[in-house]
Amino acid sequence: MNPFFLLGRGFLKILSDCGGIFLFFLKSLIYSLSPPYRIRLLIKHMEFIGVKSWLVVILTSLFSGMVTAYQVNIALAKVGSQSILGGVVALTLTRELGPVLTAVVVIARAGSAISAELGSMRITEQIDALKIMAVNPIQYLMSPRLWAAIFVLPLLTAIADLVGIAGGYFIGTFLLHIDPGLLTARMIDMVELKDIMSGIIKSIFFGAYLVTVCGYKGFYASGGAEGVGKATTEAVVISTVGILVSDYILTTLFF
Amino acid sequence: MITIKELKKSFDGFEVLKGVNLTIPENKVTFIMGQSGTGKSVLLKHIVGLLKPDSGEIWFENKDITKLSEKELQKIRRKIGFLFQEGALFDSMTVKENVMFPLKEHFKMSKAEMEKVAEELLSVVDLLPAKDKYPSELSGGMKKRAALARTLALKPQIVLFDEPTTGLDPILQVSILELIKNLKEKYNLTCVIVSHDLSLAFKFADYIAFLHGGIIIEIGTPEEIKTSTNEFIKRFIESALL
Repeated sequence: MNPFFLLGRGFLKILSDCGGIFLFFLKSLIYSLSPPYRIRLLIKHMEFIGVKSWLVVILTSLFSGMVTAYQVNIALAKVGSQSILGGVVALTLTRELGPVLTAVVVIARAGSAISAELGSMRITEQIDALKIMAVNPIQYLMSPRLWAAIFVLPLLTAIADLVGIAGGYFIGTFLLHIDPGLLTARMIDMVELKDIMSGIIKSIFFGAYLVTVCGYKGFYASGGAEGVGKATTEAVVISTVGILVSDYILTTLFF
Repeated sequence: MITIKELKKSFDGFEVLKGVNLTIPENKVTFIMGQSGTGKSVLLKHIVGLLKPDSGEIWFENKDITKLSEKELQKIRRKIGFLFQEGALFDSMTVKENVMFPLKEHFKMSKAEMEKVAEELLSVVDLLPAKDKYPSELSGGMKKRAALARTLALKPQIVLFDEPTTGLDPILQVSILELIKNLKEKYNLTCVIVSHDLSLAFKFADYIAFLHGGIIIEIGTPEEIKTSTNEFIKRFIESALL
């Protein structure tokens, strides 16, 4: 087959997916503004996306903070600036690692489950059944999930920041024997409110983005069980790559 | 009454419905018959607006369903129930919760009232003992009866059945259709049943419509269909009686 044809077809598919995902997000948002307001579902999804993810988030951020401190210390030792280790670790976590790792963990744990659940509902006609019962399926299935992710991701990110910094502090003081007072003082000197807020704002965007992509892929899944598997894989790949790309864009906008 | 005029629908260039004309009479059981893959379910899904046609009209209560927005369709869908082939029950809910779902969405009722209505409906379809089971724990026939109870919760005027007897043994097939016939009398329903089981249609239908080649080739009472001169229908009857 003509390579230009394949390239064009692939490009059109990406454009169509981008447009579809954006419209899906707008619908989820707009439908959530009109009654019925599904508070019970919102709390249920907050529990699923947030409460059930905290342990994985803590483990991931703790070891990321520890390894960051360890590696950064090696680099800083070469220029004799080990005293700023605490500040560098805290900046890395609050600006980048905290929001990005949290989003990736939530994609792996909750995003994939959302995609698989909605995909399974699609192929077993449960989404059509909602329509038949005069219930807007996007309003019922997506709107509460969207708000749940928007509310929960910043909280998880804040936990990730704290635990990651604690991990760095632990390595700095106990393994690398840096003075705890100096470590803390440099953290306070170097980290500004803007750094923490930029990570939190990113996490709000990541929450809305990952739940929309995962929901979209599941909601429009087709082709039986194989189709659900494919939709889930695509959801995880697209949302993870998208998080990393958008993180770069947001970072250049913030700083 | 539902009137379908010149309904056409294609999928990926393949024309499934080529101009269907059909009038579905009120308070009767109408079977839509035809070979597998002729577009019977597609036709049914157009009636509730799950699919949009390429052209044609579907009239219900002086409104053309094909031209309605999703919001306007929601009002129509409260009057037209649809029973999916596999039931389409919500697998995260018990049978009773499934039946209570449309009540919760559309009526201002207390939980106790909803439970009472749901249990009444489940006893009508003879499924009360299974009210706390999940869909995965039900047999095919039980799923269909549970889905029927859920459909009736919205008190529809018309119920569309997509192959309600497929995959069931002959005794269950008859019991499901007897249940449909009884419910039709009890709730004064208009029933449209998609099927390819001719013997059941002869037994339970008031009218039978034959879909073949993308159009309705004949509609009539079971007696009229039995004496049809149409070659395809004659062949269909002969094959069914073999």
